[in-house]
Amino acid sequence: MFQDTPLTRRKQRSEFIAKTLFLLMTMLMVLPLLLIVGYLFHQAWPVLSLDFLLTNPRSGMRAGGIWSPLLGTVYLVLISLVIATPIGVLAAIFLNEYARDNWLTRIVNLAVLNLAGVPSIVHALFGLGAFVLFARMGKSVLAASLTLAIMTLPVIIASTKEALAAVPMAFREACWNVGATRWQTIRHVVLPNSISGILTGVILQVSRAAGETAPVMFTGAVFFKAIREGDLFAYGLFDQCMALSMHLFTISTQVPGVPKAVPYGTAVALLGTVLLVNALAIVVRVRMRSRRKW
Amino acid sequence: MKSGPAVEIINLRVRYGRHEVLKGITLEVHRNEVLSIIGPAQSGKTTLLKAINRTIDDIPGAVVTGAVRVGGQDVRQLKDVSALRRRVGMVAPLPVGLPLSIFDNVAFAPRMAGIRDRHELEERVERCLRQATLWDEVKDRLDSLGTRLSGGQQQRLTIARTLSHDPEVLCLDEFSIAVDPVTTMRIENVLNELRSRMTIILATNLVQQARRLGGRTAFLCGGELIEVDRTEVIFSDHPASRKTYEYVNGIFG
Repeated sequence: MFQDTPLTRRKQRSEFIAKTLFLLMTMLMVLPLLLIVGYLFHQAWPVLSLDFLLTNPRSGMRAGGIWSPLLGTVYLVLISLVIATPIGVLAAIFLNEYARDNWLTRIVNLAVLNLAGVPSIVHALFGLGAFVLFARMGKSVLAASLTLAIMTLPVIIASTKEALAAVPMAFREACWNVGATRWQTIRHVVLPNSISGILTGVILQVSRAAGETAPVMFTGAVFFKAIREGDLFAYGLFDQCMALSMHLFTISTQVPGVPKAVPYGTAVALLGTVLLVNALAIVVRVRMRSRRKW
Repeated sequence: MKSGPAVEIINLRVRYGRHEVLKGITLEVHRNEVLSIIGPAQSGKTTLLKAINRTIDDIPGAVVTGAVRVGGQDVRQLKDVSALRRRVGMVAPLPVGLPLSIFDNVAFAPRMAGIRDRHELEERVERCLRQATLWDEVKDRLDSLGTRLSGGQQQRLTIARTLSHDPEVLCLDEFSIAVDPVTTMRIENVLNELRSRMTIILATNLVQQARRLGGRTAFLCGGELIEVDRTEVIFSDHPASRKTYEYVNGIFG
């Protein structure tokens, strides 16, 4: 009854092949990341030091460190998230918890979706037109942050909506049934159970904001600017700034004679910032999930 | 004690888009009686209950005409839906433990209604859990999550939560659908205890459950009220409608 027939053997073989193939592809995915990180560190090794992070570029970018662009990127990312997060999260709460399915919300949802698909260079042009020129902010930290905020906003809305939608509808209905208002339900049941997903979505936008080159190049970042080393408040809102992504572009393509390790060091700093933040997102997620309540 | 019927439903029509689910229901529920609503699937039992506590407002496309009066007030004229829902408790078919502690599950409604006093909350939580016959099982772990209880316990927790806001009318929508027979019997006993103090409306698929609980029974079919009468009459050999006889005896439906 349980003896192998040619059919079962054939099934076992194809099962084995399928599984091996899938495993292989999965492993293949990890490979590029390891190669990139390994290669970058290898090339950047000569310049990597705390000093490299904390000093301005010198001698026409050919020496010194990346303090000014590093701080610029931190500013741009933080300010853009401070602007985009409340707007995005609150809008997503409205869309997911209050809005009825009518033509208006469908248009808004469609707009959010499409905005998320707009290439960053288009956002850059929009930022240039709207903030730098029309609103007369000039090329500044604020204009660039606003541009990045608009770029990250639709993704924050989408990820927040997803996190909210993951809370079972039955919880809301149970709350409404005992006379809780929509807001009480959101405040006491929906948000506490979706906050980890919301935060993860927001934090993941850090890497996008940090990595984009075009938007900041058009709206706030400059070729070179020296700032006071070690001063965390060295940039003002209306100052121009440097940014890691653009700095990397400049020194690797625009300036001749830069020692080879410097752009790689910059790349490591950029990647390090992003990975650090992603790691933070993972920690947040794991910690919150361990308190998952259903 | 106020006089007059607890709930009056007058020519209630509900449609979802073009699909008419309730086709003109007129029904009175007396104070402190048990009214069972029986009927095959899709007969409109749930919709009828949702129209009473106005959770039907949350269903997109639902159009309601006619009147539902609770304690003489037309619910559709009310501004404060929260107050209505505290007066009309609702137990849904599937048990829902909120992702909060057992204590907070039961204290949720009073808190949302503005009660902050710790002592009063504790007193209320204990009373409601006792009424729902859950107290003895959970009294030592009120801090653990309501969602970790078994299905039957969660349904009793749901009932405790519903009792926590002192409803005048208690609606139960097929509460036994996801619980074991023992829990079903326990909850039926709870209802027998409560019946002298509140009006109970029970939508059920189990005709024998309606029979056990007595009171009156309404037979709903295809969105129409076929008949409503004392439960003995509905289950006798001669209810007013032949259809009722056939349904309760399992000949159709």
